[in-house]
Parts: sequence; C-alpha cells; structure tokens
Amino acid sequence: MPEEIDVDISGKKITLHDMCLRDGMHAKRHQITVEQMIKVATALDDAGVPLIEITHGDGLGGASINYGFPCNSDEEYLGAVIPLMKKAKISALLLPGIATVEHLNMAHDIGVHTIRIATHCTEADVSEQHINSARKLDMDTVGFLMMAHMTEPEALLEQAKLMESYGANCIYCTDSAGFMLPDDVTARIRVFRDELKPETEIGFHGHHNMAMGVANSLAAIEAGANRIDGSAAGLGAGAGNTPLEVFNSVLDRMGAETGVDVFKLMDVAEDIIVPMMDQPIRVDRDSLVMGYAGVYSSFLLHAKRAGEKHGVPSEKILVELGNMKTVGGQEDMIEDVALNMRKEMDEKSESVV
Amino acid sequence: MKLNAALIGSGNIGTDLMMKAFRSEWINPLWMVGIDPDSDGLSKAREHGMKTTHEGVDELLAYVEEDEIKIAFDATSAYVHAENSRKLQEKGVMVIDLTPAAIGPFCVPPVNLSEHVGKREMNVNMVTCGGQATIPMVAAVSRVQAVDYGEIVATVSSRSAGPGTRKNIDEFTRTTAGAVAVVGGAKKGKAIIILNPAEPPIIMRDTVHCLTADEPDQKAITRSVHEMITEVQKYVPGYTLKNGPVFDGKRVSIYLEVEGLGDYLPKYAGNLDIMTAAALRTADMFAEEIINGVITLEAVNA
Repeated sequence: MPEEIDVDISGKKITLHDMCLRDGMHAKRHQITVEQMIKVATALDDAGVPLIEITHGDGLGGASINYGFPCNSDEEYLGAVIPLMKKAKISALLLPGIATVEHLNMAHDIGVHTIRIATHCTEADVSEQHINSARKLDMDTVGFLMMAHMTEPEALLEQAKLMESYGANCIYCTDSAGFMLPDDVTARIRVFRDELKPETEIGFHGHHNMAMGVANSLAAIEAGANRIDGSAAGLGAGAGNTPLEVFNSVLDRMGAETGVDVFKLMDVAEDIIVPMMDQPIRVDRDSLVMGYAGVYSSFLLHAKRAGEKHGVPSEKILVELGNMKTVGGQEDMIEDVALNMRKEMDEKSESVV
Repeated sequence: MKLNAALIGSGNIGTDLMMKAFRSEWINPLWMVGIDPDSDGLSKAREHGMKTTHEGVDELLAYVEEDEIKIAFDATSAYVHAENSRKLQEKGVMVIDLTPAAIGPFCVPPVNLSEHVGKREMNVNMVTCGGQATIPMVAAVSRVQAVDYGEIVATVSSRSAGPGTRKNIDEFTRTTAGAVAVVGGAKKGKAIIILNPAEPPIIMRDTVHCLTADEPDQKAITRSVHEMITEVQKYVPGYTLKNGPVFDGKRVSIYLEVEGLGDYLPKYAGNLDIMTAAALRTADMFAEEIINGVITLEAVNA
C-alpha cells in the first residue's frame, strides 16, 4: 500500500511572495523604472500581497556589465517603494560573491524586512557571513538554495541545515531552471519538512519553463511548504515565474488562505504588468530548452543577445551551457560559448570552400 | 644562498606554495605552521623534512632568530592575518600576505612588482586568486587608454575553494574590486566570484570587462592583451586567452582560462597556482634584493 498523503490544504495559511519587481527585472533587462516599481508595488499591496521582492534581477549589487546595469540603484528603488507600503513588506535578494554584508546593511537601514541569501544548491557555506549578519539585525532571514534540481534531496537537506544553523528562519527550494517536475519538488520539500526544525518555514520558488509553475508550487504546499514565490502575470526570467494571480486563484478554490484578493491580483497582472512586458512571457523554444536541459533561467535574454550578435542559434548556446553544468551567475560564459560556436561554424564553412 | 622562509597556513594555498617554494632559487621553505595536527599540508611538510607546528604563529616566533627566518607567507585568513603580521614584523620578518586582508600594498607581479623594488615594505598583499588572474588584463587595457570601469568575474571549481575562502567571500569581492581599481588602473572596480561544483571539476575561468572612456583602440588593446598574456605565462604557463578581446561599443571583454601546474590540487585549480606562483615570484624578488644587499629588513612596531 502506498503511503497516504494528506493533500487537503483547505484552511492552510500560505504566504505569497511576488517576484515581478526582482525576477521580472531579468525579463525587462533590469530597465523597470522607479515609477513603474511604485505603481506595481502599491497595486500589489492593495491586492493584499504580503511580501514583494525588489532589487536588480541578480540581487543587491547586481548592477554590472555581466548581468546588466539597471535604470536605478537598488537603494533608489527600495527607498522609493518602502515608505509607500501600507501592509506589504519588502524583501531583497543577496547572492554572496556578488553582494556583501555592506549591501545587506544598506537594505536593512532602508527598511527591507526580508532578506534572502541565495547560493548554488551545493555551496551554502558561502552564506554564513550574510545569514549571521541578517540574523543579528533581526531580519526575516531566508536561505535560498538555487538550481536545486542539480542535487539530490538528501544532499540538499544538508545544505539547508547549514543555512538553518547560521540563523535562517526559512529555507527555500529554488527551481531556477524550471526543470523540476512535481515529484522532484515533493521529494525535496518533504525531507526539509521532516528534518528541519519545526519552526523553520519552507518555501518554493518556481520557473514556468516546463509550464510546471502552478503544479510544482502546489506539490510544495502539499509536502509542507508555506511560502510560495510567484509573479503577477509571470513576469520573470525564462518563461517567467509561477503566475501569481493564477496560483492565488487555484489556492482560493482549494480553500487555502493567502489573504490576497483574487480579482484585484488579476487586475494587477492584466492591467499593469502585461502592458509593461517587452516581449510575451511564455514558454518559447529557448525557455523550454532551459527547462528541459536545466539551464539558469536568467540566461535567456543574454543568450538571445549573444546569439544575434555572433550569428549563432540561441537555443544551441543554451543547450551547451546546460552540458557545461553552468550555475547561476555564469552569464559571462554565454558570449564565450557563442564565440566558440562562431569559430567552429567559420572553420566548417572554410573547409567546405 | 637562499633565504629561510616560513609558510603559515597548511590549507590548499599553503601546501601548493610549499611545493613551488622547493623549486625556488632564492627561498628555502623551512617552516610550515598550521593549527590542525592532522592537516594534509602539515604531514606533507614533514615528509619533505620541513619543521612544523600545529600551535600557530606563536610557536614559530620562538624560532625566528635561531632559524634566521626572513620571509613569511601568510595563507591563513583575513581575520587572523593582522595579528600574524604584527607579530612577525616585530621580529623583522617580511610578510607576503596571501589572504584578502590587504593591510600592505597590493602586488600583482606583471603589473607592479617593479614598483615595490627597494621600498623596504614589510608587508605586501597578493590580492586574491581572482585578482591575480584578471588585474593584468585590466592593466593591459588601461595602459593603452583610460578605463572608467573594470569588472571581473572569477569562476572556480567548488573543490578548489577551501573553508577560508568560503567564510571570507566578502573579503574576496571587496579586496579584488579595490585592486582592479588601484592596480588595474580602472577608475572604478567590481568583482564577482562564482563557485561551480561540476564534476569533473572545471578549470578556473575568468572574464574581464572594461568600459573605456573613449572609443577603444582595438588594435592597440589587442596587442597589449597578448603581450600581457605572455608575461603572466612566464610564471603560470596555463594562463590562456580563450576568447577576445571582444569589442562592443566601449566595452572590452576578455575571456580567460587558468590551468594550474597541479603541484598540490589537480590542474583545474589554476586559482591556487596563480596565487602561489605570484606570491613566490614576489618573494623571490625581495629575497634577491636582500641577498644582494639592496634592502635590509628591520623590525617594525606595526
């Protein structure tokens, strides 16, 4: 007899966390303006979304040639939005190796409530400095294990325990590549729930590259997660994040409690976010390739750009990046791969001549 | 004649440095100092007949005069370096700092080693592995024309990043960014480090992006980059230009790979090699000066 799983989530309290002003920055080449940030964040606040993430797509300090320069600094974005929030809290992402504790202190001073310290799924020990510091500042401190499909559930748990031991009060399983299928999510969240401290919250961050955003987020809740990332209209890297207005509606039908108004969030998605999009956020060939091959979703637009510049098919660049087992942050390898492919193509055409 | 040296820190860096120091014309590695009696580095040092202690720097201090130790390499961590350096300098020992503490002036040999000649510095800092791998390229661009912004991305195999680097990752980004500006000659510097756990392990990759103040002189920059590659290859033969320089408006991008000699960790850990080879090249230069009487070391109350 298979083990009985209680999939009834009615009455369960779920914290929805909106990503369109952080993950969505990838899809907007980090060009969201302060005015747009204010408009989106106040509308999300009004719809009852409790937590909204704001920074450069690659987190605090992400402004760079490698990842792209944003319209405004993190400090300007955060400083403009935070004072306008009625109920919603603001979160910021921080990747050790890109940002330092100084960035964390700035975020704290400016009123950021939740800090999410992100590492590759096997490298949690680089987050000790940052999680310790955030804990001391008494921030809501999240350990964010990216590309979590690249390691097995038990190994992922060891990394989660490290972050918990540094002081994180919430641990995320992050499907940065949109690679996971619901069973992959269930297996990881379940070991977290069984083995982490009962008071430690568990979260899931999905990408929609295989169109699994909603299904995976639901699997996460059923396995014990209570914080779910998504993005109004899905605005995010790759094929976007779990579309938050859709997921909120699903949860509402299932009787879970999010505190987010179903129709108001639909309005934010339809009336504010969709008109902001530079391209439709959908499962196109490139993002499907990323989900299929397990490639970091933020590579999408960089690969399209490098492909165009050097005359190489972007989906082939992405497949090669998957073969190379690149991890989040290695955007520099995109042009390198494109140049290698260009050389190869030129050599082939020469030998034909 | 060779100068007696002590290696402090028996981790990846210290042990790799030891293997290289055995080949030096100017340095005699006499002591290896650790804190873990079971460390692989200490046992390798003992195998090679070096004097060892696992009691830290304080134990070494008692032997500085007797064993005529003139140079010490500190490959511990940024947090303990200041104290180590103070104690050693009081005894007149010159310190080559391989931590990102950056108390003393930065040294990236092909860029500014000659500036350190004859200055009697008692502490020089080797920046970071990412700094050693990339700053020569920033300098190769900035010696042609003004660079407003220099940015480096260093990607190393997870296996080559020891606990010191991991606990000190902020010091890495801060120190490297500072040296991209100060030594590399960019007006502003930024550094990013990424650990990649892929198996088989990846060879160290480094990407250097510069934004030039005016339109880049493509020919002159390309020539300068190739010349600098040759300079670095003199002490790190596996330092290679994979792609570039690529020009895109005022952006100049250079894609590098650093394969090590495989002295201690396998060849993928070029990040260890470039750090230890640069430190040894620096120490050799000072040792040669000391032996030839160009400079004399004096105790300092740091």
